[in-house]
Amino acid sequence: METSFALTGKGYVIVAADTTAARSIVKMKVDQDKIKDLSPHLLMAYSGEPGDTVQFAEFVERNIRLYQIRNLYPLRPAAAASWIRRSLAESLRSRKPYSVNLLLGGYDTSLHTPNLYWVDYLGTVVEVPFAAHGYGSYFALSLLDRYHDPEASLEEGLATLKRCIDEVSKRLVIDPGKYKVKVVDKDGIREVEI
Amino acid sequence: MNSILQRYSGSSAGGRLSKSVVEDDSDFSDAMWGSEAGFGTLAKGVPGFVVPSVPDPAAFLRLHTDDHADPSCRIKIQHGTTTLAFRFQGGVIVAVDSRATAGSYVASGTVKKVIEINPYLLGTMAGGAADCQYWETYLGMHCRLHELRNRERISVSAASKYLSNLVYSYKGMGLSMGTMICGWDKTGPAVFYVDSDGTRLKGDLFSVGSGSTFAYGVLDQGYRWDLTDEEAQELGRRSIYAAGHRDAFSGNSCNLYHVKEDGWKFIGNYDITKLHYEGPGNVAGSPGHGYGYDLRVEGRSSANPPEVAAQA
Repeated sequence: METSFALTGKGYVIVAADTTAARSIVKMKVDQDKIKDLSPHLLMAYSGEPGDTVQFAEFVERNIRLYQIRNLYPLRPAAAASWIRRSLAESLRSRKPYSVNLLLGGYDTSLHTPNLYWVDYLGTVVEVPFAAHGYGSYFALSLLDRYHDPEASLEEGLATLKRCIDEVSKRLVIDPGKYKVKVVDKDGIREVEI
Repeated sequence: MNSILQRYSGSSAGGRLSKSVVEDDSDFSDAMWGSEAGFGTLAKGVPGFVVPSVPDPAAFLRLHTDDHADPSCRIKIQHGTTTLAFRFQGGVIVAVDSRATAGSYVASGTVKKVIEINPYLLGTMAGGAADCQYWETYLGMHCRLHELRNRERISVSAASKYLSNLVYSYKGMGLSMGTMICGWDKTGPAVFYVDSDGTRLKGDLFSVGSGSTFAYGVLDQGYRWDLTDEEAQELGRRSIYAAGHRDAFSGNSCNLYHVKEDGWKFIGNYDITKLHYEGPGNVAGSPGHGYGYDLRVEGRSSANPPEVAAQA
């Protein structure tokens, strides 16, 4: 089962997703990147039905890019989250809905705020200070209730993320393995090693 | 003489019919109730059960209680719970929630999920409430008998082994229990996990029930062997709160026990809503404020405006 985490801090959002691609009981790949860069200040971690995930992520990526080309400025995180939610909600009532869960982390360069949106395949969007998908959420949410700090520095934020990752590998029967971690802040997107 | 022979000859599990059990009862006056730790009918010998008169009683029970396969089943067994126990330098901390649910219905918010087996032994309750209550009280009887026979208190290891052997003998018959047997014996503090599959594990830290993952999240991160008594009690309380907050099938209140060399002590009952908004009050290890996330981070913001914008 795939696991992804995200948390906000002082002026940034950290998004992390495990890198295993599994089919049935077999690990097919152990270095899969499941976080897409949608725009200079927007990240999306996706998980769910194999096939649907990448298809939907690329569909979103192209449309966000199209908006930027047409209007010469990118969608702000709140607007992007809203558009993505609507895409999922319309898909839900179609003949074959996308089964994709998302974490959207962005930095609003106008308001100078980091934004994090928890999105599920039903088209639920909620803006949160921290979020998780998959079995990892059962361990991480209570931990984040206890340790998350909205004003944490990047180092402190990464330390809290490390707590989540360690807790999940300690307690979950199947260790999700390695994680890819990306940060978005006023300077844009970058990948960090943990 | 014949009646005594009859009494001991039947197989224990379901061998006898309800009629003979009722007859046995009449041999004793009502004064017997309340003595023998509530085991009035069992004190005389091997326990027997009233079972449905069908070829396979276990399958019959499963048919009517399996709410995973059939949500409309008639008998819903209490399942959701959070319990935890851990060993540390200062003894054993046992903390549990108090919610009983039957399906999606909150049947009670004041359940005692810690069973006081004797002054040195505690058992926790997860799974079938009746199964845990009955068999752990029954375990208490046998712990007392052990004391009388051997002039020595039973070890936590032996007591838990007795329980695990007992439930294993009923394996496949529908018992549902996940319990931690905690106490202090010659070897010091001890915690054993015993469940109705027959699993028995010795360990330092366990959490059982639907909310256990949420409790583990807080418990693992705050746990150290050299915790002080106050820190340990606070960790137990905080972990049960975390589960009560995140798990729909756990909540209402937290019961906290501390086992030391001279036996267990009840520390207190804490309303989980109160823990959220006000904290545990004026008790050892209290953080002095509510546990709730919104309270903890009140006034803190992730916004990061540049200096110039801040001045404007």
